[in-house]
Amino acid sequence: MKKTALSLSILATLALGSASAQTVVKIATLSPLSGGQSDLGTQIRNGAQLAVNEYKPQFKKLGMDLQLVAYDDQADPATGTAQARKIAADRSILAVVGTLNSGVAIPSSQALAPSHVAMVSPANTANQVTDRGLSNMNRIVARDDAQGPAGANFITQNLKAKKVYILNDKTAYGEGLAKEVEKALKAKGVQVITNEGTEEKSDFSSIIAKIKLQRPDAIYFGGIYNQVGVFIKQLREAGITAPVVGGDGLDSAELATIAGKGANNIYFTTVAAPIEALPAARTFATNFQKTFKDQAQGFGAFGYDAAKVVLQGILNAAKANGNKVPSREQVEQAIRKGNFTGLLSGNVSFNSVGDRKAATLYVMNVDNGKYKLATSIPVKPARQ
Amino acid sequence: MDLATLLPFIVNVVVGGLVLGFVYAIIALGYTMVYGVLQLINFAHSEVFVTGAVVGFEVFRVLAPNPMNGYLKLLIALVAAMVVSGLLNVLIERLAYRPLRNAPRLVPLITAIGVSLILQDVLRVIEGFQGRFDLTYTLPEGFSGKFCSAESSCVALGNALRTVGIDLQLKDVILIVVGLVSLAVLNYLVGRTRLGKAIRAVAQDRVTAGLMGIDANRMISATFLIGGALGGISGVLFGIKFGTVNAYSGFDPGIIAFTAAVLGGIGSIPGAVLGGLVLGVIQNLIGVTNIFGGLLGIANLEAIDASYQRIGAFIVLVLILIFKPTGLLGKSNVEKV
Repeated sequence: MKKTALSLSILATLALGSASAQTVVKIATLSPLSGGQSDLGTQIRNGAQLAVNEYKPQFKKLGMDLQLVAYDDQADPATGTAQARKIAADRSILAVVGTLNSGVAIPSSQALAPSHVAMVSPANTANQVTDRGLSNMNRIVARDDAQGPAGANFITQNLKAKKVYILNDKTAYGEGLAKEVEKALKAKGVQVITNEGTEEKSDFSSIIAKIKLQRPDAIYFGGIYNQVGVFIKQLREAGITAPVVGGDGLDSAELATIAGKGANNIYFTTVAAPIEALPAARTFATNFQKTFKDQAQGFGAFGYDAAKVVLQGILNAAKANGNKVPSREQVEQAIRKGNFTGLLSGNVSFNSVGDRKAATLYVMNVDNGKYKLATSIPVKPARQ
Repeated sequence: MDLATLLPFIVNVVVGGLVLGFVYAIIALGYTMVYGVLQLINFAHSEVFVTGAVVGFEVFRVLAPNPMNGYLKLLIALVAAMVVSGLLNVLIERLAYRPLRNAPRLVPLITAIGVSLILQDVLRVIEGFQGRFDLTYTLPEGFSGKFCSAESSCVALGNALRTVGIDLQLKDVILIVVGLVSLAVLNYLVGRTRLGKAIRAVAQDRVTAGLMGIDANRMISATFLIGGALGGISGVLFGIKFGTVNAYSGFDPGIIAFTAAVLGGIGSIPGAVLGGLVLGVIQNLIGVTNIFGGLLGIANLEAIDASYQRIGAFIVLVLILIFKPTGLLGKSNVEKV
């Protein structure tokens, strides 16, 4: 008897609760919040939080209480996948903003795919992230294979080079990038002197002697900052001032430190825009500073944009669903098919596999050891 | 491309190789000295050499704001690196090799590799605590300029060199001078002094030398001290030449210098120098082979680019070991019974 009364009262409370309170709708962020990359991961979380704060009133009108839950993937694929399973189990989470690392995104999105939890990445660049054609994985940054052509574009259009010397570090990353650049340059009729591989870390004398003999207008180096930095230092000491161009492997403050006095006339392509490169980001940066007492960086802005895509997608799906909470499948479709405007990085729409139809690569310039934005290059994925 | 542009290029490549060879040569001397006395390949020598480079970096860093003469800074860096590397080498011998002196030959070889790995991580930790990994040499003003630049009084000499294609930087000249001086001092030390005589005696026959009243352990320590000091010098020269160094930079030059020592005839001082110079030149020449491939239209040559530099050096080594196993200047050991 007593038991029945108790369960009845519980049932009653539950029924009352759902009648009076609003339905809770959650989105999640998945990014490293601890460990060496927590700085970048926290930016993503905070950017998304700003977007959630902004959209709260709109969701309230529909009777939904919007919340953000932040999950920590520690930049580790295994941890990320475990967290993704937790996200899949929480039915109130409709979509995910994340991750920072492509290596985490690939297994996590796989884990989320069966339960149709849409993921919008503010940072992943590996081709494989979307090449698997998952229905839930999208990204708002350019793909790795866009970097080569973009670098080649920059060399021909901005540097007006007619003769280019290409180097690579003989790794999958550097060699692949250099090959893409070579292909794109040749297609534009630019003379590619050579595409030379070197694993050398300290002595570039014979390569520099060849560069001196051939007098290229520009040098492209597909490699990582610590090797390229030493090369540039020796190159400048040998009196060669030709511009050196590279990919996001050069995106490190260490590059200028290693190159020392030679750290000038260097350019590299990267997907993480500095805040000042985004025209609409000024108010965002002030809000960010006010809310989190921390300077907004590129990944904060992209976290904000990714969250806006997610939230706008949920709203669209809700509208189609008669202003009721949409299902995960509906959100997934609304995000993939949606057209999102008014973002910091421009408008977003996705192709059939979740790549941004018109993304932007940023070209940074290092001059006298200082980094600044040289130009931004619009890029399109091969599939539209 | 005609001969008038190619000739200076080739000269430049050969001279660059010789400069590089000097760095290898001085590292190789450290290997050869220890081998000559103990028949031990001191694989930790590459880390002793990196320690010298790190000490040099620290000296230049600390002295950078000081307006003192650049050459004085260089001297301080060299002496500091010699002392630290020399003492380190003595310590390594005392702790890691001496207790194993009578063990089979393979044992000290393995210990040497172990010591080398330990030292790498110790260096990494020491610099890592200060938030550094790639150490960038801050050289005194002008050290990275051209040799005999327009402002200096020796323009004529500089121009004359430049017309034949030798475009030296001031630091290359410093490197050659320091290399030659250390070689001369070493030669004098080993050939003309009582200490050198004693070292040579121990090298020839440790037991008999002991019977003649030579303290073999002290002579071995002295050898390690000299070898370590040479490692320190070469470390600083390496840092000056290439600009940066990190805890793991020792492996590549270490293995090439070891090759140079074997190529020249391990145990022989002039052999080590010759081996270093030969390898430096061969490396640089292989590094530019593809240029000639392009000019002569030979596709096979064109494919040989800078990534084959190292392989070339080792092919030469293999050939030498097949046809003259004692090395270029090595003497075969004839045991008289």
